Amino acid sequence: MKKTLSFAGALTAALLATTGIAAAMDCGEIKLGSAISLTGKYSSAGIHAQHGYEFAIKKIKDAGGIKFGGKCYNFNVIYYDDESKGDRGATLAERLINQDKVQYMLGPYSSGLTKAIAPITEKYKIPMVEAEGASRSLFNKGRKYLFAVLSTSEQYLASAITLAGEQAVANGGKASDVKVAIAVENDPFSLDIRAGVLADAKKAGMTVVIDEKLPRDLSDMGAILTKVKLLKPDVLIVSGHTKGAATAVRQVGEMKIKVPMFAITHCESADVVGKFGDYANDVLCATQWAETLTYKDDIFGSAAEYNSDIKAKVAHYSDRSVPYQTAQASAAVLVFKDAFERAGSLDKEKVRDAIAATDLATFYGHIKFAPEGNNMAKPMVLRQIQNGEYKVVAPTAFATDKLNWPR
Amino acid sequence: MNQIFSNISLLFEFPVVNISILLEGLMIGSLFALSAYGLALVWGVMNVKNLAQGDFVVAGGYVSWFFSQYGMHPLFGVPLAFVIMWGIGWVIYKTVISRVIERDLFTSLLATFGLAIMMAQLMNLMFGSDTQSIKLEFETLYFFDDFVSIPIAKLIGVIMALSLAAAVITFMKTSRMGQAIRATAQDARAARVMGIDTEKIYAFTFSLNSAICGAAGAIIVMVWLIQPFYGITYSIRAFVIVTAAGLGNLPGVIAAGLGIGALEQYGSHIFGIGYQQAIAVLLLLFVLFIRLLQQRRSRQALR
Repeated sequence: MKKTLSFAGALTAALLATTGIAAAMDCGEIKLGSAISLTGKYSSAGIHAQHGYEFAIKKIKDAGGIKFGGKCYNFNVIYYDDESKGDRGATLAERLINQDKVQYMLGPYSSGLTKAIAPITEKYKIPMVEAEGASRSLFNKGRKYLFAVLSTSEQYLASAITLAGEQAVANGGKASDVKVAIAVENDPFSLDIRAGVLADAKKAGMTVVIDEKLPRDLSDMGAILTKVKLLKPDVLIVSGHTKGAATAVRQVGEMKIKVPMFAITHCESADVVGKFGDYANDVLCATQWAETLTYKDDIFGSAAEYNSDIKAKVAHYSDRSVPYQTAQASAAVLVFKDAFERAGSLDKEKVRDAIAATDLATFYGHIKFAPEGNNMAKPMVLRQIQNGEYKVVAPTAFATDKLNWPR
Repeated sequence: MNQIFSNISLLFEFPVVNISILLEGLMIGSLFALSAYGLALVWGVMNVKNLAQGDFVVAGGYVSWFFSQYGMHPLFGVPLAFVIMWGIGWVIYKTVISRVIERDLFTSLLATFGLAIMMAQLMNLMFGSDTQSIKLEFETLYFFDDFVSIPIAKLIGVIMALSLAAAVITFMKTSRMGQAIRATAQDARAARVMGIDTEKIYAFTFSLNSAICGAAGAIIVMVWLIQPFYGITYSIRAFVIVTAAGLGNLPGVIAAGLGIGALEQYGSHIFGIGYQQAIAVLLLLFVLFIRLLQQRRSRQALR
């Protein structure tokens, strides 16, 4: 299955490349490089990212390419397969820069791979726009050439805190009345989430009544949920990959835990709706992007148009839904297009400065980089499971449905 | 530290919580006891310390989960996992265990450790690394203002576990095969002299262990969840329980299983759920220490 996927990916890439050469007669070419996971444990997600890159490149070309200085250009990406291994990714980044003379990089898949490649691009002063590495630790090293279009992981559930505060105020109370319970796994991703939630809760003056770490091999969290029952928090935050999501949804349902807001990560991959049905109702799930959002731009149109367009044009998505990994990869390419046009030059320092100054509305959300390189303009999206369907309820400005509170 | 005190005070403030923690612990403990029982059997009869014990449990869970994907009712998964894991256990005995049984302790530890890694990886390749579980369409019973909740599915699981344990104990006590197994455990050479085919006994015992674990796994997938790498959780508990209860003390194994389940639940309530596994390991240390003191007092000769 994975073989055929990567083969199909390579095929579409090759097809796109040949058509690219035909059309490149009148336009120039800007060479990008990317080491991405086409095989190994991240391959399915890596292939999504590659489809996102290629779809964006094609759309930009159809729209007339990248135009500056009276000429037009098209992107051409050199891909290498990093086999989902960090050391391989780093070697390939060196090869892209030294042998293929790539001046601009698109990111790999996952925080781990990005962490492996970022020191290399930093060393050679190669601007890299990445779309798939969310760890906060990527952006506190003072890197100048790393930019990320996605929200960092500490933001994943912080918006739930904001939302709970809004609800408290709407119901005639104060945000500081809200009591928060946190149960996260003891791994970097979930600890980032915890840090974000704690920081926001503290800012709003909320009390954290439960703050516990879940073990790696979690299969029962009755002990925490009993405390939830006793201490009656208003918000319950759980992050522990798919097992955390599955255990929490199941046991909250079984134990009849009544908590007004219950927010988790990994709803989709744990398939909480399919597995636990009613128990999953009114659960809040964090996601980077959803096709029902009202964001839009000139190249792709609205988020919904992006979704239907890629489903029609890329065979990979004809029978499956488009994950946010694909959408954010496309957004990364848009950032490069915008930066080249504003820089008006192929000089990589000028392009780097243009990327740093990005202030761009896209179908994926607004993109504006903090000095550290992370995107500070796009909020995380919260979807609530209402009658078995995912409905966007936050951020309130882009929401399509109303939050069910209390659940 | 403050959190620990407030957690303890919660226990006194809301006494019903104790009931819910105890019940939860006993339910988990009964499943720990099952896999520990199998371990005690194999350990006692053939002196093989099976580090892959937990992986048999998880494998049994996947058997049940796999067939329930094709429309089988999950409750039938328990006998089915028993039968299929019996077969898998027999194959593993013939290919691996029979070759290390006469060797020293480390050979069998290494072999079963390797087996554990291989089984986990195989399950990972076959079923993927996502967690799986089966939701039974049964009600949940509530007592004390919803403070104590017992899903009927869990109750059925516990009853199945206890009846399986009872069946195995009766089998060991009354049947000819059970007698032969106990004889082999007491003195394999004497048993051979008496005409017992110990090779057959070993194969039977190991398959029985694998089947018991499989059934436990099939129950676990109905009430909790499984993942290819969860085996170690059950292996550790099984070792703690068997060490605490001692070999050849089968009712003791069950009592210790229930006890460790309850203690873990109390521990994770007081110290936080992150320390659940640490509590099991601490208990093992504690038990070993007590055993050492006891043995010193009884001045046993080293074997």
